[in-house]
Amino acid sequence: MFGNMKYKHRLNRITKISAAIAAFVIAFPLTAAILPEDRFDALYHSYQGGGMDITGPSLMLRKLLGNSTSVLGKYYVDSISAASIDVITTASPYQEERNEYTLGVDYLQNKAILSFNYTDSEENDFLAQTFSFGVSQDFFGDLSTLSMGYSRGKDQIMRMTKIDGVKQLDPNFGTEHADRHKFRLGLAQILSKNIIASLNYELITDTGFLNNPYRQVRFADGSPSEFEEYPNTRSSNAVAFRIKYHLPYRAAISGEYRYFSDTWAIEASNYLVGYTHTIKDKWIIDLRYRSYKQSAASFYSDIFPSPNSQTYMARDKELSTFDNQTLGFSISYGLMQNGWKFIDRGSINFSYDYMTFDYHDFRDASVTGYPLGQEPLYSFSSNVMQIYFSAWY
Amino acid sequence: MTRLITTICLLALLCGCSVKPWVKPYERNKLADPIMTFNRDPISTSYINHVYEAREAARGAEEGQGGGCGCN
Repeated sequence: MFGNMKYKHRLNRITKISAAIAAFVIAFPLTAAILPEDRFDALYHSYQGGGMDITGPSLMLRKLLGNSTSVLGKYYVDSISAASIDVITTASPYQEERNEYTLGVDYLQNKAILSFNYTDSEENDFLAQTFSFGVSQDFFGDLSTLSMGYSRGKDQIMRMTKIDGVKQLDPNFGTEHADRHKFRLGLAQILSKNIIASLNYELITDTGFLNNPYRQVRFADGSPSEFEEYPNTRSSNAVAFRIKYHLPYRAAISGEYRYFSDTWAIEASNYLVGYTHTIKDKWIIDLRYRSYKQSAASFYSDIFPSPNSQTYMARDKELSTFDNQTLGFSISYGLMQNGWKFIDRGSINFSYDYMTFDYHDFRDASVTGYPLGQEPLYSFSSNVMQIYFSAWY
Repeated sequence: MTRLITTICLLALLCGCSVKPWVKPYERNKLADPIMTFNRDPISTSYINHVYEAREAARGAEEGQGGGCGCN
């Protein structure tokens, strides 16, 4: 009875929001939309920091079929060598690989672009499938683009363990499941001859097993560590504003601000400022600085008094209070500017980001010589590199 | 919140006929420059989003999409 009323209330709310969006869409005259360009990208990425070494290739191909359909194929690999703080305090260093495949179709229908995507991600202990649908439309003399999207994700979570010295799936853990729903709404707006801005909102709801299956909590009373216990629902809201300004010469400055909150009492925000400079039409140089901070989940603690001291317990540093800073640059060099065979133009790109993470209530439990719960606070830095080739044809 | 959106949309409906696009197509050469694109290289944006998503609790409203974990 109560659940039914709640459902009706939610349905009523969704209807009202849909009506508001529909009114917003028909408030402006509509014009044509453009499909993404045909292009091919080959990228090699490297992340090193906090005991993690993650490298791998990524390939992406986009091709127009006929006049109204564009197809997308993407392949991505993470080769992971892990000896992070979480691993060395509760388990042994390990190596694994994640493979991700994406297929997508964009379809130009009258004055709108409809997008469908399917992503499959596979690890030895984690399988994820995601279906996405999106629609975007240019209107108001092409000054505005409204986009909406929905994604449904299904995860299967397992746990690896060593049995008789052989690493294999933990039969005691079995397979857990999680469902994810994502609702997106975005508006990109040309504000002047030099300025473009965008506003994006995303609601994500998760149900099911949301823990990291490996991480453990520790206790002040000396009890042995136990696996974390998270709530089995989570909803989050994120809203982001981005703006770009073309300077009088061929360069641009950009800014971004995002605010996030969720039902686990985490609040986060980040901002980014960037500068893009060009040299002789061939070189594009990007400089950027990003700052992020978040508060802890309500059930997070670096150390708990004793087992069963509360229902939900987490010591996952991603749920702690911390901030991070990123300073980075990218260099792009234009190739084949006059075309070569079937290629119209290309570019070779290098990108580097230096990141620092400072935790305010997560302690480095691997350090010895300190009383339990009084170890130094944890921090680490990362070097993130990308090198990639792009060709438009 | 919903009332606010509806009110803004109704106002937009009323004003829609009088407000005209203020940047003409022939005035958009700077906006058409690739350096003005928010997501110039989707393959790179997707990767860097994944790097942050695996290490931060915040999620959503980014450019591009990713999946999986690879974050232990």
